[in-house]
This record gives sequence, structure tokens and C-alpha cells, in this order.
Amino acid sequence: MTGTTIAWGLVAVVGVPLVLWAYLFLIENALKKVNPRKRARIRPWIWLLPAFLLLGAFLIYPAINTIVLGFMNASSTKFVGLANFVSIFSDSAMLVVLRNNLLWLVILPLVTVTLGLIIAVLSDRVRYESAAKAVIFLPMAISFVAAGVIWKFMYQFQPAGTAQVGTVNAILTGIFPHFQPQAWLFNKSENNWALITVGIWMWTGFAMVILSAGLKGIPDTLLEAARMDGANELQIFFQVTMPLLRPTLTVVATTLIINVLKIFDIVYVMTNGNLGTEVIANRMYKEMFNYQNFGRASAIAVILLIAIIPVMVLNIKRFGKKGSSI
Amino acid sequence: MTSTIVRGGGFGRVLGKLGARGPLHVVLIAVSLLWLLPSVGLLISSLRPANLITTTGWWTAFKTPFQFTLENYGHVLSQAHMAQGFANSLLIAIPATVMPILIAAFAGYAFAWMSFPGRNVLFLIVVGLLVIPLQMTLIPVLRFFNVLHLTGTFPGIWIAHTAYGLPFAVYLLRNFMGELPGEMMESAELDGATHAQIFFRLVLPTSIPAIASLAIFQFMWVWNDLLIALIYLGGTPNVAPMTVTISNLVNSYGGGWQYLTSAAFISMLLPLVVFFSLQQYFVRGILAGSVKE
Repeated sequence: MTGTTIAWGLVAVVGVPLVLWAYLFLIENALKKVNPRKRARIRPWIWLLPAFLLLGAFLIYPAINTIVLGFMNASSTKFVGLANFVSIFSDSAMLVVLRNNLLWLVILPLVTVTLGLIIAVLSDRVRYESAAKAVIFLPMAISFVAAGVIWKFMYQFQPAGTAQVGTVNAILTGIFPHFQPQAWLFNKSENNWALITVGIWMWTGFAMVILSAGLKGIPDTLLEAARMDGANELQIFFQVTMPLLRPTLTVVATTLIINVLKIFDIVYVMTNGNLGTEVIANRMYKEMFNYQNFGRASAIAVILLIAIIPVMVLNIKRFGKKGSSI
Repeated sequence: MTSTIVRGGGFGRVLGKLGARGPLHVVLIAVSLLWLLPSVGLLISSLRPANLITTTGWWTAFKTPFQFTLENYGHVLSQAHMAQGFANSLLIAIPATVMPILIAAFAGYAFAWMSFPGRNVLFLIVVGLLVIPLQMTLIPVLRFFNVLHLTGTFPGIWIAHTAYGLPFAVYLLRNFMGELPGEMMESAELDGATHAQIFFRLVLPTSIPAIASLAIFQFMWVWNDLLIALIYLGGTPNVAPMTVTISNLVNSYGGGWQYLTSAAFISMLLPLVVFFSLQQYFVRGILAGSVKE
């Protein structure tokens, strides 16, 4: 690190706000000379310009460009039609990738939402609620990279008969004397589950926090009324609480699904996608940097986008209702 | 027994009625301990000498004679680029937090308090961009970064993180600013204040709660990011943030657990401090991003 970098940092932290502030003040002053109607027409665009310049350059244009690149060859010099997509779907390694993503997509949201809901309901009943929730939520603050290191260490494996250093094997051999220590990240029948477990450890807190807020938003009077009507507690949970919690559950599930589709870091750090653990984002990274095949890499990104579109439409619909009511 | 009101109803109360709150506590405490176990194991291992880490489990550290050391931390900080990585992470994350918030505040204010054609459609585009996979943008952005020589530079990654953080920031701030009382703006306007004055003197200060949540959220996101740093910065140590340094350590050391554990813990330090001191803002940011309708 050098002094110039620190100077650059200062420029960014102090300079950028200053430039933006000056930009607005100068333009607002200039606008004073324009007639009021014209002024009101121009002004919004001035305020939106910096944001939309960046969104256009880094998200909108690149996303469109990537779709185009997906139909071109490895070096983006020739149009090849659907060739990239055909080769992806006929490549057995790629089918493993899709299978893994599907596994992540089903298991992780299901388990995290269920666990998160149970913890939210239970912790609502105890005095140490905030402490218990903080502990569960803590992994959310850690990077996937650090979590990867933590769990690589948890999954350490020594041959049977020797002392186990990895926590998981040590606990299992300690409880079940006949348990054979497992190389969790190397056995093809287990490694995907081992990776998904890390994801569950990280995201259960997210589901719990939001569901807990949702639970607390349900008016007590409704639950009391149901009790007066003679409903038992399980009935109340499934027939009153759950339906009211539906919107919250949807939000949590869709957010998790989006994040799971894009999962990259856990796999990159723990197995680098070897031994049948590759997922879409890791495959794309390899196509880009290891094989320099930008056509295939882009095609993979397009597949990712297609998978996310339904969620995007849902999102827009949900907020569109709100937007039209302004 | 006190009749505490049970929100969410259900399981908990059934247990309570049976007079058996014991199982409730057992389950909750067991789950909490289980969740804490991996991080505690990491912390303790990072303080143990190398030869012990690879031969005995970290839980044996509690047996006498105690054998703890800070050598691992000394090594990764001086030899393994972790001190540099820490500084780089800060140098990346601070500007990449300040820039998007200010730019998004401009846009959020325009969306909330100015009327113009296409306002709803543009805002919906922002909402749609919330879920665009970053992977969609990597190749084209990397190409124009190469042309502009922004690859491997701090300004390059600042701008990239700024742009990627904008959809959420605009969305959050527009919603918050939209709730501010309209009379406040109107009376300021009657007093002859310009939009710029209203924005800097009224709107920005009253939006501090939302900005705080957003700042923590964005900071943690950038601090913990691996993919964007990996692609736009490459692996060179003089610009690499800690996440990249650690993932390089994983590859080069393989089983060098004494270094990996201490390096990982160093990278967790700042997020943990932020998390414990500002937890409510962090949680509020997450809630605002998903529940608010």
C-alpha cells in the first residue's frame, strides 16, 4: 500500500461528495435563470443522471451485451447461433452443474426457512431471545471465504483409528462408536450436502430475523380471538399464524432463491468445484478465466438470468402495486 | 404461572401448557451452541501452535498444560500479506460505501419528491435490476475496464461496487424519503429554498437512520465480497482485499491450518465489531430490503 492509494481513498471519500454537491449547486443556480416550468421539467433528470449513468454502464448495457455474446464464439468474433447452448446442454459436466444448482435451490431455502421459523417461534418465548438470535444471525456478518475456511476445518478428516481433528468427525465418532470418519468434501455422495450445510449455517439467521419480525407483526388480538373460539395452539399456528405469515415467507424464500442461484464463494473456497460440486457461477468463472471461452461463459450467464426472470417478474409485480399508488 | 402473551402462538405454548418449558430451553440453547461451535473452533485453533492443530482437536486446548500462541497471527500479518489485505479491504470498502449512498440519495429524492414522465417505469427498472445476477455483467465490464486500464486499480473496483450497490440503495432511500412529511418540504420551498438546499439541509439529515442501515449493509457486502475483487482486481497482493488473500492462502498452503484460521479470524474481526455494536441497524437494513411493502 502506498501514500498515493490513501490519497486516492481520500479523493473518493471527500472528493466525490464534493463534486456531486458542486454539480447540484451549479446546476440549481443555472436553473434559476430558466423559466419555472422548464426548470421543473429538466431538474429530475439532473438528479437521476449519476445513478442512471452507472446503472446503464455496469448493469443494463453489460447484461444486454452478455446475451449477445452468448450467441457468439469463444473470442466473440463470429456469430454461432445456439451452438453454445447446445454444447452446454450436451456436456455431461454441465449437467452435473445444473443438478447441483437444483439441489442447492431446493434444499437450502427449504431447510433455512423451516429452521428459521422454528427458532423465531421458540425464541419469542424466552428472556434471552436477543442473545439466541444474535448467535444464529452472526454467520451473516462473516464472509463466505471465512466461512469456507471455518467449515473446511470442521470437515477435516483423519483415517479411522487415529484421533479426529475435524469437529464433525470427532463428534460423530464420539457419539457412535462404529461410525467411520468421512472425508466430507471428497466423497461424491456427501460433498454437495456438506457445502449446502455451510450455506444453511450462514443463511438461517437471515430467514429467522425476517420471519421473527413478521411474527411480531401479527396482532395478538387475532390469536386471542382464535383461542376464544376454542382453537388449540397447533390449529392457531397452522390456520391463523401461517396464512398471515405467507407474504413474509414468500419474501424470504425468493430472496434465498436469488442468492442461491448466484452462489459462488463457498464452492470456490472449499472445493473449487472439483469432485462434482461445481455450480453455475463457478462453471462460468472457469469458462472465462481457465478456458477463455467467452461465448460459453456468456451463455451460462444467460441461463442464470433465465432462471431468475420469474423471480424478477414477481418482484416487479409486488412493487408495481406500490409504485402505482404514489 | 404468569400469563405472558404468546405471539405466533403454537408450539411454544403447547410446551408451556404441559408445564415443560425445559425442552424449549434445551432445544434453543443446543441450537445456539451448535451455531456458535464452528466460529469458536476457529478462534481457538488460530491461537494454538501448528503441531498441535494438526494432531489434536481444538477442544483439547482446554486441558492443562495450556499451550496458546500468537505466532500464527504474527506470521500471517507480516509474511502472508494479511496486513496489506486488511488495509486494502478498508481502502476498497470505505469509498465503495460512501459513493453509492450519495448518488442513490440524489436519485431517491428525485423519485420520491419530483414528478416527471416515466417515474414509475424507471423505478420499476431499478427494482428489476435488484436481482440481475452480477455474473451477467462481468465479461463486458471487464472488457471496457481493460480498455480504460481500470483493471487491478482501486478506482475501478470503487465504481463497480458503487454501480452494483445502487439498485438496492436507490430502492431503500426512495422508500424512506417518500415517507418524509410533505409539509416540511413545502414550507421550505415557500421560504425560497432550492431543491439542493432542501436536500442537503432537510432530507439528508432526516434520512440518517436509513442511511446508517444502508451504509452498514453496503460496507459488509463489499468487505465480504470475493467474486468482484477476484475478477476486476486480479490476485496481485498490492491491491487484493483480505477475501482474495485468504482464498489464495487456501490454495497455496493447503493444510496450513495455523495460518488459515488466524487469517480468517482477522478478516472476521471488523464485521463482528460492526455487527455487535450496530446490530439493530444491520437488521433494520435487511428488514427494509425485504419486508417493507
